[in-house]
Amino acid sequence: MALKIVKGSIDRMFDKNLQDLVRGIRNHKEDEAKYISTCIDEIKQELKQDNIAVKANAVCKLTYLQMLGYDVSWAAFNIVEVMSSSKFTYKRIGYLAASQCFHESTDVIMLTTNQIRKDLSSPNQYDTGVALTGLSCFVTPDLARDLANDIMTLMSHTKPYIRKKAVLIMYKVFLKYPESLRPAFPRLKEKLEDPDPGVQSAAVNVICELARRNPKNYLSLAPLFFKLMTSSTNNWVLIKIIKLFGALTPLEPRLGKKLIEPLTNLIHSTSAMSLLYECVNTVIAVLISLSSGMPNHSASIQVSFSRHAHTFSLKYLGLLAMSKILKTHPKSVQSHKDLILQCLDDKDESIRLRALDLLYGMVSKKNLMEIVKKLMLHVDKAEGTTYRDELLTKIIDICSQSNYQYITNFEWYISILVELTRLEGTRHGHLIASQMLDVAIRVKAIRAFAVAQMATLLDNAHLLTGNTQRNGICEVLYAAAWICGEFSEHLEEPMVTLEAMLRPKVATLPGHIQAVYVQNAAKLFATVLRGHEGVPADSMVAQETSQLLIDRLPLFVQSSNLEVQERASCILQLVKYIQKLQQKDVEVAEEVTALFAGELNPVAPKAQKKVPVPEGLDLDVWINEPPSGSESEDEGRKSKGKAVFAKEESRHTKPRYTEVDEKELAKRREVRKAEQANNPFYIKASPSSQKVYQDGVGVEHIPVVQIDLSVPLKVPGMPMSDQYVKLEEERRERNKADKKKKKDKKKREKGEKGRRRRGDSGPESEEDITPAHMVDIVTEEMPENALPSDDDDKDPNDPHKSICWAPCVNTAGYGVDQPPLYLSPHPSLSLAPHLQVCDIQGNLQDGSQVVVSVIFENKCDSFIKSMEFNVLDSLNSKLQRPDGAGPHDGLIVPFQLPPGISNEARFIFSVQNIVMPQKLKGTLTFIVKTDDSSTHEKLDFKLHFTCTSYLITTPCYSDAYSKLLESGDLKGCSLKLEGVNQPFHHLLARICFHHHFSVVERIDSCASMYSRSIQGHHMCLLVKTADQTVSIDAKCDEPGLLGNVLDEIKLTFSQC
Amino acid sequence: MQFMLLFSRQGKLRLQKWYVPLSDKEKKKITRELVQTVLARKPKMCSFLEWRDLKVVYKRYASLYFCCAIENQDNELITLEIIHRYVELLDKYFGSVCELDIIFNFEKAYFILDEFLLGGEAQDTSKKNVLKAIEQADLLQECCMTDTVSQSFSMV
Repeated sequence: MALKIVKGSIDRMFDKNLQDLVRGIRNHKEDEAKYISTCIDEIKQELKQDNIAVKANAVCKLTYLQMLGYDVSWAAFNIVEVMSSSKFTYKRIGYLAASQCFHESTDVIMLTTNQIRKDLSSPNQYDTGVALTGLSCFVTPDLARDLANDIMTLMSHTKPYIRKKAVLIMYKVFLKYPESLRPAFPRLKEKLEDPDPGVQSAAVNVICELARRNPKNYLSLAPLFFKLMTSSTNNWVLIKIIKLFGALTPLEPRLGKKLIEPLTNLIHSTSAMSLLYECVNTVIAVLISLSSGMPNHSASIQVSFSRHAHTFSLKYLGLLAMSKILKTHPKSVQSHKDLILQCLDDKDESIRLRALDLLYGMVSKKNLMEIVKKLMLHVDKAEGTTYRDELLTKIIDICSQSNYQYITNFEWYISILVELTRLEGTRHGHLIASQMLDVAIRVKAIRAFAVAQMATLLDNAHLLTGNTQRNGICEVLYAAAWICGEFSEHLEEPMVTLEAMLRPKVATLPGHIQAVYVQNAAKLFATVLRGHEGVPADSMVAQETSQLLIDRLPLFVQSSNLEVQERASCILQLVKYIQKLQQKDVEVAEEVTALFAGELNPVAPKAQKKVPVPEGLDLDVWINEPPSGSESEDEGRKSKGKAVFAKEESRHTKPRYTEVDEKELAKRREVRKAEQANNPFYIKASPSSQKVYQDGVGVEHIPVVQIDLSVPLKVPGMPMSDQYVKLEEERRERNKADKKKKKDKKKREKGEKGRRRRGDSGPESEEDITPAHMVDIVTEEMPENALPSDDDDKDPNDPHKSICWAPCVNTAGYGVDQPPLYLSPHPSLSLAPHLQVCDIQGNLQDGSQVVVSVIFENKCDSFIKSMEFNVLDSLNSKLQRPDGAGPHDGLIVPFQLPPGISNEARFIFSVQNIVMPQKLKGTLTFIVKTDDSSTHEKLDFKLHFTCTSYLITTPCYSDAYSKLLESGDLKGCSLKLEGVNQPFHHLLARICFHHHFSVVERIDSCASMYSRSIQGHHMCLLVKTADQTVSIDAKCDEPGLLGNVLDEIKLTFSQC
Repeated sequence: MQFMLLFSRQGKLRLQKWYVPLSDKEKKKITRELVQTVLARKPKMCSFLEWRDLKVVYKRYASLYFCCAIENQDNELITLEIIHRYVELLDKYFGSVCELDIIFNFEKAYFILDEFLLGGEAQDTSKKNVLKAIEQADLLQECCMTDTVSQSFSMV
């Protein structure tokens, strides 16, 4: 009987423990959900019992079910019950369940505070340990606040086991309850020197994590960490310390210099890859922060790193690190080209993509062909369209980067593009097409070749379009058709191409491509006519061509695409008319050609912006009085306009049969086209590829064709890019040989002198590579009177754009009348208060000094302090620093700026040579203090010293002036300004004001002026004006200075 | 470290430890997504992937995948070492560990992990210390156990 009770109790206790549950689940694979729901019912029963052992068992099972994804939040209170058991076994299970199941929104957490506090102060260290572990997973801001003090006391516990856990959990507490950081920090710092290595490493861990969030506050610990780094042998600790230094170095460059050596030593001595990797990362950070750079170090790192990069994981990390180095030290990465190219063969796509990224930055004139050749091989091998598309875009990116600067042979590039069209199923047809257009338009020398290639492409269009319309590659036909049409004079057999463009199959292409086909067929037609007219035997050919067009064009007239239909019907009528004339033996070629006359020039995208607004033109003012007429009239006009529009629209959609009108329209259109073609500003209306694509159907929807595999993939008659690579190599060899010959010759001539020169065996340098044929990349057109300014190339979104300082140094007494210049700090600093330097006034004192006064204005809401003004000295101009300061130290601005306050500071520069204008680069560093933090920020600026700024307005009397001119010491120079239509006295005032001259004498429209430089050069001007032309004859004893000042005067007048 | 997952080749979760507070729903979603991504990778691929704004480090031991998510500036290689160290600890504790050991003693696996990592950071770099702590805690548990058993007997 008694035994039965015992048995029952034990049975119940171990009725179904965790193992049984797991086994049960495994045995009920088919009806797992059902089995588990019965188990949960059992667990619910068990939880209702008083026996804590049974409850703990139930909670343990629940923890397992929670992992399988079942909701157990209903048992939260039972978990707390088990947690508060006095038995370690159950407590342990309770805390485990809590750490797995609780999260911040679990409401029973607040019930646990006292229990946890009790456990933390338990005499049993394992109770405390288990409580700390659990707490680390479910700590909430409330818990953190209530328990921060208890945990802090535990940091000085006698047992290292507890100390180390307490230190680590403090990090979680700081995150949840940041106020605890300040009181706890001194103790945390103490733990860095704890006798127990475990506690020490925990403290390093915590501080490192804290420092990564806000490195600035931990700079002061750098010496301590430096000591730890040089003494510790524990790799885990070392890694954390080195990571910490990586976060600190950007703030303190001096630290970087100190670190380089121990880090390099570690790199060479350690066998732990993780440590090596961390060192490399930090060294990269250091190198980036030391802008001067230490290429030899980075090279050594590279070597040691790539030496180990055999396994795939390390390869990936190596590539990652290299891409960081590439940004600052491209040279040292370039030497690993082969290694990186090997990575392209890797099985792992992420490695291949990393390698591709690297290649982009590594190309040079010398290796471009080789790299692209490799990439082309990979394109052929690559499986998976995504990767292949990625390769394709990379090839094009690599080739076209920085305005094609690495391409020496454009024939090669065109053939690469043509080869890329063979790619199956790519989405990037439009990209290839735009490249073809761009190159053909901008590189004049290549046009003949490009046209030949494009003609072949058109001829073999069936290879690209095949039967299914799925891919985007037929986009290249768009480019091909346009190039063949526009530059048809280079075509050898325009007839053949014309025929190819009018094949019935063309009608299956997307509408916008057909439209281009039709339009360019007309251009080709014009070329054919020109080629064959005048020769009697050929007039038949011309007539046949007309007939061909008349036969084929109706196909396009029926097109459902409006654009195609419209163009086709216009051209058809035109051709019919021409045919009539041809039958009467009238020569029409010249007139037809005239329709397409004129050359299209590329125009820079910013050209319009650069046209200066003429003086006196206010774009915001009404040209005519705004219409004040009655509203009804206005409405009437509007409705009339609407009606016209509606009518027009309906006409567009109807098929046209009114031929006379058609003809008239077509003619008008052609005339307009010719006009536009003649007008370089009108380029945007020309079929610029991107634009059309945007307007047209989305790329995804373009019905596209796959290459028919039954046809050989190689487009016949197409030169392979490989041949070019070979040719190019031969050419380079030849060039080298030529050079060598020349050099030998020189050597012979020069004897000794020649021998001292560098030997030929050295590696071929970039400069040695000459382009294959002189290829002129046509520069984009700019209006002639565009303003030459430095910052116009910058991206309008570039936050640095605003940081430019205008001509700023002036003589005393003349304020600079300029709009304020807004300077915004570096974009990455998100706190970004605006510091505005609103004005700079210059003063000149003695012969070699310039005083620049700068007004600092704090535009932000925070307090700005510790401003340091620094300028990178040039040979000629130096910022004068106090005695004892190094040449790179900044000057401390002697005030702080509360929000909205401005103040002025003066800086003295010593200048040696005043003949040339110059720009100095500088930085302003400052600390922005907000309520809860302060950040270090930086502002870059430029100081522009013009030659004018070296002139001082000095009065001069006319007799002294004439004596000066008679002395004959002065050299003359003159300047003519056209189209100046301002009164003469304005003109003089302008010269006086902007260029610091004074008027000596003025007679009618003629005046003599004088100024003196800070180094005592005399400068005399004789200004004459006669109907909008101003001539300035100038004399000075320093011709260089004079020239520059005159240039500046010219600039002043061109700006107004 | 943000979290650690252990799952089998079939995609069954064997252990999960989250060091960032997330709702159950989110945890499930992340787990599903990651298990799929990692299982789809071929054996010769590298152990790291960029996933959302985190880096995922994984390694396969026999039929089990150990998978950790770390922040962007964290060191991937040290994470691999942490995984390896954990496997070593399991191995020492169970004596050549296998998947079943972890399934049937999953709470033990958690205890070991908790003794080794706290709040996502390595607590102790010494294997010996960790094992010693576990052993002693177990010992404590054993005597508790015998206590309860004797208690129930004394009830008789």
